[in-house]
Amino acid sequence: MLDYLISFLVLFGAVFTFIGSLGLVRLKDCYTRLHGPTKATTLGVGSILIASAVFFSTRGTGISLHEILITLFLLITAPVSAHLVAKAALHLELHSLAKMPTKKVKEEVLEQASQTEATKQTTEKIEQLTSSEAPQDQELAQKQ
Amino acid sequence: MLDIVLPIAFGLVAVAVAMSFWRLLRGPSAPDRILALDTLNINTIALLVLLGIHLSSALFFEAALLIALMGFISTVALCKYLLRGDIIE
Repeated sequence: MLDYLISFLVLFGAVFTFIGSLGLVRLKDCYTRLHGPTKATTLGVGSILIASAVFFSTRGTGISLHEILITLFLLITAPVSAHLVAKAALHLELHSLAKMPTKKVKEEVLEQASQTEATKQTTEKIEQLTSSEAPQDQELAQKQ
Repeated sequence: MLDIVLPIAFGLVAVAVAMSFWRLLRGPSAPDRILALDTLNINTIALLVLLGIHLSSALFFEAALLIALMGFISTVALCKYLLRGDIIE
């Protein structure tokens, strides 16, 4: 029974490792290529390591925790390295399958920015008015 | 059962190594090559763990852990170099 479990986990992990590298080869774009290997890391190598942990834990030498250590390390570091690769690709402005922001979008963003500037100016005016009104109130209070 | 499955798993992971090596040679840009190196590290860890099961020896985990550590540090260093033009500022 345990033999079947270990075999299933090993085969599952190997298939996912294969699929991850297949994604690395077949996908068209650096940003989409990021998807494949991250799945290979977590699912593929993760299940192979779990299979190894089960295998060595049932051989009578006690529970083996090396694999858990490697799995934890891989689970922590895989998103970090994927994030850094994506940042590097964005920094180099690589070709992307998704359309880059066009001129129209840029103009809209600029309009929004100018609108926010206008609102800033109005708020500043309101603040000035209120601050100029406040001393008058104080003067009135002193007179009274 | 494990005797049948292990050679299949070795074959699949070996093909995965070959494919990521192809991307390492072919990759049109530097981040692609970094990604291929990272994938090669992952595939090497998988191969080492499979070899550990095959030979039923627990010697290979330290090697796998070292490869995982070095792979992560090298990926981060290469990406930092691409991002900043410098590794340690």
